[in-house]
Amino acid sequence: MQTLSNASRRNFLKVAAAAGGGLFLGFNWFEANAATAVDAATTDLSLAGNVPGAVPGVGFNSYLSINPQGIITIMSPNPEVGQGIKTAFPIVVAEELDVDWKNVIVEQAPLDTKKFERQVAGGSGSIPHSWTRLRKAGATARQMLMEAAAKRWNVPVTECTTGTGFVRHTASNRQLSYGELATEAAQLPVPADVKLKDRKDFKLIGQSVKNVDNAGIITGKPLFGLDFYREGMLFAMLQRPAFGYTLKSFNEAAIKAMPGIVDVLTFDNNVAIVGKSTWQVRKAKEALKIDWTKTDATESTDDHNRIFGELLKSDKATVRRKDGDVDTAFKGAAKVVTAEYQCPFLPHNPMEPMNFFAHVRPDGAELVGPTQTPELARNEAAKLLGLSPDKVTVQLTRMGGGFGRRLKADYAIEAVQVSKRVNAPVKVIWTREDDMTGGSYRPAVRYRFEAALDAQGNMIGYKLRGASINAGSSTREDNFPAGAVDNLLIDSIDHKSAITTGPWRAPITNFLAFAEQSFLDEVAQAAGKDPVQFRLDLLDKAKTKPAGAVKYDIDRMKAVINMAVEKSGWGTKKGADGRPVSQGFSVYFSHRSYVAQVGEVVMQKDKPVVQKVVAVADCGIVINQSGSRQQVTGCIVDGIGHAMYGNMTFKDGIPEQSNFSNYRMIRLNEIPDVEVHFVDNGFDPTGLGEPSLPPAGAAVANAIFKATGKRVRNQPFIEDAALKSVL
Amino acid sequence: MALYSLQINGQTYRADVDPDTPLLWVLRDNLGLVGTKYGCGIAQCGACTVHLNGEATRACVLPVSTIGKAKITTIEGLSATGTHPVQKAWDAVDVPQCGYCQAGQIMTAAAFLKKTPKPTTAQIDEAMSGNICRCGTYHRIREAVKMASNATASTAKGSTKTK
Ligand code: FES
Ligand code: FES
Repeated sequence: MQTLSNASRRNFLKVAAAAGGGLFLGFNWFEANAATAVDAATTDLSLAGNVPGAVPGVGFNSYLSINPQGIITIMSPNPEVGQGIKTAFPIVVAEELDVDWKNVIVEQAPLDTKKFERQVAGGSGSIPHSWTRLRKAGATARQMLMEAAAKRWNVPVTECTTGTGFVRHTASNRQLSYGELATEAAQLPVPADVKLKDRKDFKLIGQSVKNVDNAGIITGKPLFGLDFYREGMLFAMLQRPAFGYTLKSFNEAAIKAMPGIVDVLTFDNNVAIVGKSTWQVRKAKEALKIDWTKTDATESTDDHNRIFGELLKSDKATVRRKDGDVDTAFKGAAKVVTAEYQCPFLPHNPMEPMNFFAHVRPDGAELVGPTQTPELARNEAAKLLGLSPDKVTVQLTRMGGGFGRRLKADYAIEAVQVSKRVNAPVKVIWTREDDMTGGSYRPAVRYRFEAALDAQGNMIGYKLRGASINAGSSTREDNFPAGAVDNLLIDSIDHKSAITTGPWRAPITNFLAFAEQSFLDEVAQAAGKDPVQFRLDLLDKAKTKPAGAVKYDIDRMKAVINMAVEKSGWGTKKGADGRPVSQGFSVYFSHRSYVAQVGEVVMQKDKPVVQKVVAVADCGIVINQSGSRQQVTGCIVDGIGHAMYGNMTFKDGIPEQSNFSNYRMIRLNEIPDVEVHFVDNGFDPTGLGEPSLPPAGAAVANAIFKATGKRVRNQPFIEDAALKSVL
Repeated sequence: MALYSLQINGQTYRADVDPDTPLLWVLRDNLGLVGTKYGCGIAQCGACTVHLNGEATRACVLPVSTIGKAKITTIEGLSATGTHPVQKAWDAVDVPQCGYCQAGQIMTAAAFLKKTPKPTTAQIDEAMSGNICRCGTYHRIREAVKMASNATASTAKGSTKTK
């Protein structure tokens, strides 16, 4: 059993009797392992900018109550965006509390910075951040319930045990329910030490638990931001400028005269139309005739292609990592492999477009809607209104996806702006076209790789230059193969553009992993080595003779590789026709998890068809089998879908794709089979909202190469000349 | 504006709206039936799927003035308590991730299974490919449709006397 150390427990628990009786625990502890939070802030959320919860050293809160009937209410403080946190968090609390899952009610908590901290959905960081805190939340309550029972029975607490909602005293064959004990337990002092369960005693963790909102989802209950309506609420849509344009004039009088239109406003180069129904506002928006002023900042995709070429040649790049002496290594190389990889901008396209409700009153504001960072929305609203943050409330709705888009608060602030100006409750709704053309895209990047091989096919030199548009740093320089190559140089250079960008599911690595893992395949090919063995050799080298710092766990990475080899029948798999199946390998460490994938491609009528992906994920302990499997599968579908089809292009600053009619999304008839395996190693769990996405593209592209001899280096794949030649 | 009388989920609803208002926004803004979702507004994603006289129909492009006496079923009326075989299968397979697309997926699947009670996988793939799921729950959607097809098919078998 694990016992908590005293150091992490100072003043971390406040107990109060809940109104109407029952145990009411407000947990407020500042953890000793703040390093985890720092890590999250600097790596995974680097593009999220001012995500309030990611400030280093900020702890986490949780909250649970037990009523006299033994019903456990577990508040879920973090935003639910489809990552399954509203199910996973309570599972952990319930496990340590030792209660029947059937008696647990999960409630979405509003933003409450006094009770909770890091109410953020981002960076796959919620689980690693909260794992121990949630366990302690359950275990501490359980301990207090046992002490209350021991007091009643007048026996030592050490003789008491629990079993799904009851405290038991086996020697005297007595038991009391948690509900009966809750009020007394709440009066007791908070225990100094609580024991956490041994992993082998887990009953709920590791099982398949269904999404706690299934019942509401399948019957159409109002769960999402767009479903929120308020008496007297007005509807608003905005026409925002394309990138590099300013507002000159528009047909204001005509729009104001349209049916149902209440007001037309302008702010920040936007035209906001406010009206009595979504449709009337939408029609008025279509009738807008706006004169925009074009500035020098407008760019086209052709410009970006030229800019990438210039950035790759520039001597102004920032060095991100340097080991050994690359110049000497490349001079002495027996073989040099060079390749460039490129990806376009991508919109997030959550199925629920951006929207937010705001009601601004003189003394405060009420906000309701889908946000991955409620605290950011609150703080920005308070700043805009000149109110103190505690005068602004934020209610969290379930989100119809986010993929990083809702880490920004811009759309919530629009609602605040409009509500303030029209002095009424307002919901701002983005149309799909607004959502797709409204910016905050995954940045476009081009990478250039160079590898130097010696006569034996060992990689003795490695160079990576990242050239990006509005990505900041486009490399993750400590990723594998860094540490395994003696002479390594990684640098990056960024072009500032009017086209806005932001975090997009697995920021940077969503494309970098494809490029790196494809390039390693190219190098293995040039070295005449099996791609898996090539990677394993590099990992052995990183282990025995590391070059510089190694910032990934070599053994864990090898473990997922080896398991993927075994589960996929790497190199030996044959199809139904007896011919070998073309397999492609990829492995990536991101967001603290390790994921290896093997893509399988078969030729049908001379065309490559991706038929399967075998995935092995090491996310430590799997909290919820059902949710976790879907996260891995969904990430692979997402990764392949966007790699294949996703493309956002620009002409003079204007996005050329605007809805699903001209922007292609993967559909059901296009998915390969996906087989998911988890490594069972007992490490503390890490999040799964992102890590299975980055390796997906390369697993497929490497398999396509195996099947066709064509190397796909550009996304979207369907526009790649090499792939087009065999389609 | 004009007054429309609509037959929805076995009840009569009245709405005073512009004639070209799509059913989707009448349901959502006027009638409080928000289970039907907006995803694209141009019949590309299926999030707004309802049944119009039993046919899967995209409510985002269906002007209210064209509906007349047609019977509309929304996700709220598919069953009284979430016990339609498709809904049950959706829960059993644990399909929803974010859940936003799922009402449309369920309505598409329910209409499809009514016409094709014993579909092949290829038929399921074709029938369900008009609905986008950004979260990528497609594998489970396919599995749930299969599960529901077995459930509905066996019910049908029990209720007929042949064989
Ligand atoms: S909202 Fe109707 S099909 Fe997309
Ligand atoms: S479950 Fe999220 S869009 Fe389908």
